[in-house]
Amino acid sequence: MARLRGTGIAAVNYPTGMNLGGDPSQALIHATTSGSFVVSLSATDLGQGLRTVIGQIAAETLGVEFGEIVIDTADTDTGPHDMGTFASRATHRVGNAVIAAATEARQALLEVAAEELEAAVADLEGDGHGNLMVMGVPARSVRIADIASMAQFKYGRTIAGRGAYMKPKSPVDPETGAMDPDSTEAHACTVAEVEVDTETGEVTVLSIRSAYEVGRQVNPTLVQGQIAGGAWMGMSHALYETTAPYYPAVDHSPRDFSEYLMPGPLEMPEVESVVIEVPSSDGPYGVKGIGEMTANSPIPAIANAIYHATGVRFDDLPITPEKILRGLDAKRSGPS
Amino acid sequence: MSSDLNVVGHSVQRSDGIGHVTGRTQYTADRSFPGMLHLKMVRSPLHHALIKGIDLSAAERVPGFVRALTARDVPHNRYTILGLIGVEPEEEFVLAEDRVRFKGEAIIAIVAETETAALEAVSKVQLDLEELPAVFDVEEALEPGAPIVTHWGNNTFMFEGHPCRRVRLGDVEQAFQRADYIVEGVYNTSPIEQAPLETTGCIAVPEANGRYTVYTNTQALYFSLDNAAIILQVPGSRLHFVGGTVGGGFGGKVDVIVEPIATLAAMKTNRPVRFTYSRAEEMQVSSTRSAWRIFIKDGVTRDGRIIARKVTSYADSGAYSRQTPYALTKHAANAAGPYAIPNVSIDAYCVYTNRQPTSAMRGFGVTMASFALEVQMDKIAEKVGVDPWTIRFINAYHNGDMKPHRKLVEDATLIETMQSAATLVGHDLPDDLRAMTSAPRDAGHDGGRD
Repeated sequence: MARLRGTGIAAVNYPTGMNLGGDPSQALIHATTSGSFVVSLSATDLGQGLRTVIGQIAAETLGVEFGEIVIDTADTDTGPHDMGTFASRATHRVGNAVIAAATEARQALLEVAAEELEAAVADLEGDGHGNLMVMGVPARSVRIADIASMAQFKYGRTIAGRGAYMKPKSPVDPETGAMDPDSTEAHACTVAEVEVDTETGEVTVLSIRSAYEVGRQVNPTLVQGQIAGGAWMGMSHALYETTAPYYPAVDHSPRDFSEYLMPGPLEMPEVESVVIEVPSSDGPYGVKGIGEMTANSPIPAIANAIYHATGVRFDDLPITPEKILRGLDAKRSGPS
Repeated sequence: MSSDLNVVGHSVQRSDGIGHVTGRTQYTADRSFPGMLHLKMVRSPLHHALIKGIDLSAAERVPGFVRALTARDVPHNRYTILGLIGVEPEEEFVLAEDRVRFKGEAIIAIVAETETAALEAVSKVQLDLEELPAVFDVEEALEPGAPIVTHWGNNTFMFEGHPCRRVRLGDVEQAFQRADYIVEGVYNTSPIEQAPLETTGCIAVPEANGRYTVYTNTQALYFSLDNAAIILQVPGSRLHFVGGTVGGGFGGKVDVIVEPIATLAAMKTNRPVRFTYSRAEEMQVSSTRSAWRIFIKDGVTRDGRIIARKVTSYADSGAYSRQTPYALTKHAANAAGPYAIPNVSIDAYCVYTNRQPTSAMRGFGVTMASFALEVQMDKIAEKVGVDPWTIRFINAYHNGDMKPHRKLVEDATLIETMQSAATLVGHDLPDDLRAMTSAPRDAGHDGGRD
């Protein structure tokens, strides 16, 4: 009996978005009297941090501080249409819609500021921190918050913008499969290291180390959150989870988390990553999206590492201790 | 690169983080309304059966019982999902009519004053069922004489006249003849549960103005609203859907399944109605990721170039297709992997069985392709006698290459990503691999193309 170590790699692509029936997102933005900007959406935040990254994209485009953005989302009476939060689409699609809406709102803002500063719109610039000024004349400067207030009470104007982004529907050729099914491709390469206990069949994942190329990170800490969560989910998929333990037999399907096995904190391996950024041509500030992809490459990397450790191929998921022991037995008793 | 912008690229603190860690974030199930009723489902105990009779009399005598909803109460008793965007056929019922096709299929909705009363009444409903033969495996479901799950006579979803989603590029059979090696593999994956911490649920509330506000943890508010309007046959203006922070989705909350029936119950009782899945329902009734069986046959040259790849995939859709046909299309578009392969043939089948339906889950159709392909790549490397890194660099796609579904590759960075990973783990790549880029291939040098 031994503890065998192995290393495996996997490299994957992941497509952003869907286009089965067209893939639209829309956004509305308006300024309040105090110069905060309300971004109205119907996209839902699944806990991945959509509100935060969309707020960052809006702040960047408007040229105001992040704290001035209010995200009002997930209400069909106030938020314009959004296809939904899935397919690694939300940051890309909603982000593009918000850039369009913020660009229109900023134009309205510049028009009021130009009138107030007695300058041409084309001569104005922003500092990205809530101020507008006449180019090259810092003394002729106004706070965006003041312009927003003046737009309401002095000029009777709206500071608002509409934005839409849509990936048009691409029909699939039923004979050849010719189609345009996605917007851009993100990439990952994972190296997994495992230890296999030949007495118990247990696999310990020692480390999951990956490189990701995601176009642009909007919020690096939230990207790290996706990477850690994806490493856990991929490992869980590779080694633990099944609602049909003896597929195609229908017995033994689990009813709760005491019967449905998943790794806990103690099983979590060392997760290390590097993120590179090669901007996409169509994403907001070059974003591609990292949502779903992080769970994918760990699965084959772990399967390949188990082969490297044991010399036995396990091509059925999940690779449970039972399958490991049966595989090792077959290898021992097989033709030599 | 991120530092060239003011806000984007910076790790601002997430706006809802404090609420999450202090327990102040409000989820759907945290809401309560005066007079709120509870809905629970009577579900099929059999995998496949005809419904011969339903006796509600004992259930109606349970204290707290308010009313039952049957298929006859549902204005358009078809559960559509992708019907919104033109995908046919309408095949699933909101509440079963004369036949159930999986264990756990909803037959009768019971509305009661308390959750306990609702469960008690559910347990008192008498079903007269005639069991039918059932099928649980994708390949068995395609054999002649297999029990038929659908209403159209076979167990496959039809993709514009074909029983599978096809992708064809070049001529795989001719290329197999020229290959130095043939590498074959069969890969199986189990269905798995999205396992969100918060189970699927909603609360439908009648408003004074005649509208209905539906608080829901759907991943797609308009998807849910538009589908509910079709099932209830009311103008969308009668419905107001409110989401919030979803307690985990992973694809498990795009099936639009609780809102229509909860809203119907609110309409029939004129009281708020809550319908939230138990953990057992989430695991045994709500859609899972499909089980997949993937066959791969590759033709490879002595120097490690894959010149032909044939993939035949079966996804177990369970008793109804829900969003699985779309997973097959997405799978077919990605089933050759991030590699430049000049001859590709892909047949991806969406197969009906008498299992719990499957639908969207993180990585939808791609995760399982990536698993199978990346294990297959290692088998090819071993056969050719190169290391696992080299085989991937030799075959990696470049910008400007043609994917099997006839889209030109753009935004390719597989090579650069693998180089970064090698650096991260301290793996020494040979100089020729280290020097590669994803830039379009030279006109005079066609790299991995055949």
